[in-house]
Amino acid sequence: MDNVLNQIGIENYIFLSVILFCIGVFGVLYRRNAIIVFMSIEIMLNAVNLLFVAFSTYHQDAQGQVFVFFSMAVAAAEVAVGLAILVSIFRNLGSIDIDNLKKLKG
Amino acid sequence: MDTNLALVLVLAPFAGFLLNVFFGKSLGKSVSGAIGTAAVVVSFVVSIVFFLQVNQSGKAVQVNLFEWMQIANFKLNFGFLLDQLSLLWLLFVTGIGSLIHLYSISYMHDDEKMHSFFAYLNLFVFFMITLVMGSNLLVMFIGWEGVGLCSYLLIGFWYKNQDYNDAAKKAFIMNRIGDLGLLIGIFILATLFSTLDYTTLKLSMTSGMPLNMHWVAVAAFCLFIGACGKSAQIPLYTWLPDAMAGPTPVSALIHAATMVTAGIFMVTRMNFLFDLAPSVQTIIAIIGAATALVAATIGLVQNDIKKVLAYSTVSQLGLMFLALGLGAYEVAVFHVITHAFFKACLFLGSGSVIHALHGEQDMRKMGGLKKAMPITFITMLISSLAISGIFPFAGFWSKDEILMVAFEHNKALWIVGSIASIMTAFYMFRLMYLTFFKEFRGTEEQKHHLHESPALITFPLIVLAALATVGGLINLPGSTWLNHYLAPILSKSGHEQHGLTSEAYMLMGIALVGAIIGIGIAYMKYIKQNQLPDEDEQISGVNKVLYNKYYVDEAYEMIFVKPINFLSRFFRDYVETALSAVVFGFAKATTELGYYGRKLQSGNVGFYLFAFVLGVCAIISYLFLAH
Repeated sequence: MDNVLNQIGIENYIFLSVILFCIGVFGVLYRRNAIIVFMSIEIMLNAVNLLFVAFSTYHQDAQGQVFVFFSMAVAAAEVAVGLAILVSIFRNLGSIDIDNLKKLKG
Repeated sequence: MDTNLALVLVLAPFAGFLLNVFFGKSLGKSVSGAIGTAAVVVSFVVSIVFFLQVNQSGKAVQVNLFEWMQIANFKLNFGFLLDQLSLLWLLFVTGIGSLIHLYSISYMHDDEKMHSFFAYLNLFVFFMITLVMGSNLLVMFIGWEGVGLCSYLLIGFWYKNQDYNDAAKKAFIMNRIGDLGLLIGIFILATLFSTLDYTTLKLSMTSGMPLNMHWVAVAAFCLFIGACGKSAQIPLYTWLPDAMAGPTPVSALIHAATMVTAGIFMVTRMNFLFDLAPSVQTIIAIIGAATALVAATIGLVQNDIKKVLAYSTVSQLGLMFLALGLGAYEVAVFHVITHAFFKACLFLGSGSVIHALHGEQDMRKMGGLKKAMPITFITMLISSLAISGIFPFAGFWSKDEILMVAFEHNKALWIVGSIASIMTAFYMFRLMYLTFFKEFRGTEEQKHHLHESPALITFPLIVLAALATVGGLINLPGSTWLNHYLAPILSKSGHEQHGLTSEAYMLMGIALVGAIIGIGIAYMKYIKQNQLPDEDEQISGVNKVLYNKYYVDEAYEMIFVKPINFLSRFFRDYVETALSAVVFGFAKATTELGYYGRKLQSGNVGFYLFAFVLGVCAIISYLFLAH
């Protein structure tokens, strides 16, 4: 593992995860399809996970990797709940365009 | 055994109160009256039992119920102290109370709220017993406040009349001023001695330990302010005459015989404290004498039968305070007792007259009742002779003692007291002549209905008149039962009994002649010259000043009530307006902000997300920049 990190360099991992995170953010902001918004959120999550793992190896500390497992488990649960909500929205509104979700308008 | 008996003594009237409050209406008038009377009679019997016990053994009965509070080194028990002084008070509170309850059964029988009347009376007796029996100042304070409350309830008993409500409020507020003084005095004593228990206080004050004399005197003065309020002394006396708005038995019970003597009780109870503060004693004596004179002069020209008696009560209370201020506590107590007898009798008698005339209280519309109401006339005549100080009735002995003490200490006070006594004799016989002699001046219809009151009313009158005749026996010069009896509770060995010197005889003679002169003037004016007091509009000159009570009420109105009202109005109109403007302003700003902020909640999820991301960026950049 040390070799992999040494060969590529920690900063590249950081760049990669920043790029992934930004892709996620822009996906959330610009796409109107709820499923894609959802996927973008997952990308952001995984960008963070990647950073965790990278630093964990860098610091020779297993804590980060343990934390990633938790975060993945929570993400899985979140996906299940989120998809269920999306299905329910689709059944009620017939579409999953987030611009249509204006029932809570003040 | 003692504990149980003491509890019966205290709680019997309270039980009567509860029964009358909750079941009085369904029990009917006679039963509710009987319950109320029986409750007080029970207390009276228990008081007699205790009295006999203590009189024989000479030892006080102390009952500790529970520890009330303990704060740092300040500890207080809730308990009762049945010693010579409190038992004496209990005897006449419950004794006269029983008679007045009995009287009220008949007097209040036509009143639809008779059960609540008896409930209040019982509650009053309960609080009065607590006041008298408490073993420390704080238990006494419970009773002290309680009797004030009952006084308020009973003065305003006919609450549909706004004047009566005002009188009740006046009494309550005047009393509150005094109570504040009392409370401050209690706090000072608690700070100085870390106890409020009578026996402990007495020990620490008489043991000769170095005391902070300055604060002791301040405490004594504060307690005296409390006594001023309750016992209607200058400058807090104006509530008592107005308190005559209540039903007549209330005037007899509360405003003549019992509650108003609470101040004298308290001062006598704390005699060891007042003995340490001679300057305060001087103030008490002067205020007492001034009150006696001022009230007597006002009493000279009043036309309402109850008002005359009210001012005479204030005047007599002034004489008692004169004695207290001269350190002659047992003499004051003696006068309290005799005064309770004859003043209760006078009030009940006036109630009987008012009852016969269907509520007429103006003496100008009375007259000639002697034949129609012989028992009322004779009992009231005896009591009038007693209050005027005619030999050998009770008032002669007690008043003479006061004047004798005053003569020994200060001739000026003696002169003032004597003038007040002469005036007393005058206005009492003015009352008698106007009410009972000559022709009847009321309406024809009233004349037809004139009748002697029923036995329930005349019986208490007869008992009280008998007591007013022989009451002086407990402390005749020469046989000094009362002095010996009270000796244990007084720190100084009681006032030395004057041997019957020629000086004493001379003073008695002067007092007697003075009283006869007073009666004689009244006789000349109202019987010989057949005068009648002027109608309200025709009163002029000095009489007008007196009739309007020296305009004291008006002066208080100007000096205290008006400015306070003005201040209240100022606070209401300006300060409160400003404050509420600020508060409302905040509310309004929030509403407006919400109204515009509402538009942010457009329901556009994209916008929410944008705001969310922007916010996170802002927080992160802040965190980075801050470090």
